[in-house]
Amino acid sequence: MSEPIIKIENVNKWFGDFQVLKDINLDVGAKQKIVVCGPSGSGKSTLIRCINRLEEHQKGTIIVDGTELSENTKNIEQVRAEVGMVFQQFNLFPHLSILDNCTLAPIWVKKMPKKEAEELAMKQLTQVQISDQANKFPGQLSGGQQQRCAIARALCMQPKIMLFDEPTSALDPEMIKEVLDAMVNLAKGGMTMIVVTHEMGFAKEVADEVIFMDEGMIIEKAETKEFFANPKSDRTKLFLSQIL
Amino acid sequence: MINTLTDKKTSNYYYYLLAGLFLFSISILDVVLYSFFKINLTNFLPDILSLFLPLIIGFVGLHLIRIEYSGIKSIDLINKNINTNNFNAFLTLLIIFAIVKATPPSLSWMIFDANISGDSKEACTGTGACWTYVKVWFRRFMYGMYPNDLHWRINTAFILVIGLGFFGFFLKDNLKKYLALYYVIIYPIIAFLVIYYLISGGSFGLVWVETGAWGGLSLTFIVSFFCLIFCFPLGMILALGRRSNLPMIRYISVGYIEFWRGVPLITVLFMSSVMFPMFLPEDFFMDKLVRVIIAITLFEGAYCAEAIRGGLQSLPRGQYDAAKSLGMGYWKMHIFVILPQALKLVIPGICNTFLALVKDTPLIFVVGLAEIAGMLALAKTNPKWLGFAMEGYIFAAIIFWIICYAMSKYSYNLENKYKTER
Repeated sequence: MSEPIIKIENVNKWFGDFQVLKDINLDVGAKQKIVVCGPSGSGKSTLIRCINRLEEHQKGTIIVDGTELSENTKNIEQVRAEVGMVFQQFNLFPHLSILDNCTLAPIWVKKMPKKEAEELAMKQLTQVQISDQANKFPGQLSGGQQQRCAIARALCMQPKIMLFDEPTSALDPEMIKEVLDAMVNLAKGGMTMIVVTHEMGFAKEVADEVIFMDEGMIIEKAETKEFFANPKSDRTKLFLSQIL
Repeated sequence: MINTLTDKKTSNYYYYLLAGLFLFSISILDVVLYSFFKINLTNFLPDILSLFLPLIIGFVGLHLIRIEYSGIKSIDLINKNINTNNFNAFLTLLIIFAIVKATPPSLSWMIFDANISGDSKEACTGTGACWTYVKVWFRRFMYGMYPNDLHWRINTAFILVIGLGFFGFFLKDNLKKYLALYYVIIYPIIAFLVIYYLISGGSFGLVWVETGAWGGLSLTFIVSFFCLIFCFPLGMILALGRRSNLPMIRYISVGYIEFWRGVPLITVLFMSSVMFPMFLPEDFFMDKLVRVIIAITLFEGAYCAEAIRGGLQSLPRGQYDAAKSLGMGYWKMHIFVILPQALKLVIPGICNTFLALVKDTPLIFVVGLAEIAGMLALAKTNPKWLGFAMEGYIFAAIIFWIICYAMSKYSYNLENKYKTER
């Protein structure tokens, strides 16, 4: 593996007295695709939210593309501009059209000229096949379309890394596929991805490595085939037997 | 007759309905005749019975109307809304009778027996209202003690300020992004200069008129206008401050808001005129109108802040997350994502605060400034015009109502205009 693009060392995090992350160590190489799974409350969402510092970690270091996450606001904004994130609840901006959702950050954060930003946005929207919805508002779109727009919005910042926080959990079953397809395409394009998901089919198809977390710890980390064929820990076996 | 009414056959329903409508109409007619034309149909009955008879007849009528679904749209609408059961029917009747009874005396006082001609108290010979009083004092109610021949200056200033207010709507598209800047900073400054140079005068060959002479409705407008445009940005900053992560800023904001919400406006106004000058250097003079505007702004800013904070809190956390994850800093996140949504949500709350502000302006009377209600208080003590307080206050109430109703209509419009689906 080449020099890792994300280095997580001995990261600990507490919510009050409750320890959510316990001594997490994780290296992610460029263009690697990692799927994080585990029962709810295991800290997987918190872990990836720490990577772009939507949550602060209290101990340990996280280095993203050579920048260490600390109190330094400049660093944080720089990292966030390089790391795209897709949320469970889409979190589109309801007062802006789909196109404006996509161009807002490039124009104001990256200082991209408006025309260029719009071209880029249309390109990304075409990639996820909702370019015909560009002038509608988020409230007029289906859940699947909204989530694909959220992916396009994140991609418009031309990030090096994409984080997905249970992107399909809030969707109707028939819409899950369209979102997963968009993610598979993205993966084939060579994006570095960390995906928290329960879609094991997606993990088998795309992931290089699968991580199983429970109670704030990484229980198991293995290559995808290995992970599904012979999981080592009992906890993982139990989880897989319930989910598959 | 009794038999047909107790026998519940389909063919009888129309008899019920017709009988009910007939009785109900009789009862209303009786009350109308009595209160409008003083004709008492039930003269021959004992007093008590004659008083309650319409109520009883109407009640029975409504009951008969209600017995069965009629299939006639208007009647079913009545049944559904104001005649659902005996108690509602009773209340409906009482309210109708009260309105009917109250209409003739108030109409005759306000219009038929009222006087408006002439220009002195002696012209008011009728038993009704004396609108002559309002007519004679009209200019005072509008412009206060401002010299009569200079009223054009106030009018011109207001037309200019209103015109400049609309100016923003006609900005070219490529200048639209400066709209907020225009309304928050440039417009208030220009408006201040216009009002200062035109209404105060003192330069450009205009005679100086001190603020003590300003008054009436125009002063209401001036005070409300400046307080409104200044207290909104102040409230916004305080609301953001109260939710800030920096403890110092948060404590200052909380302290500020809790302080100003905890004191009555009237004491603030007293302080502004009595205490405040003591803290200023001797040669430093600040006009009392300016002091009053600052005091009201600081006071209402705290209320605005709380209204806006409600909007900020009602936004889902995901909106903050999404904006941050796109690399937006604090100000970009708030300006482009949070505030546009939050401010939409707080339009009703802000409107509420603004209405309260406009109706609080009469309190500036305590520092010797007489806006419209203050002018009334002065006028009613004028020895030539004693005893017409009622007319004056009704006049002022109507004016305040028009202003406030217009504001609330405008806020409904804004709400509809900026409605977004979630």
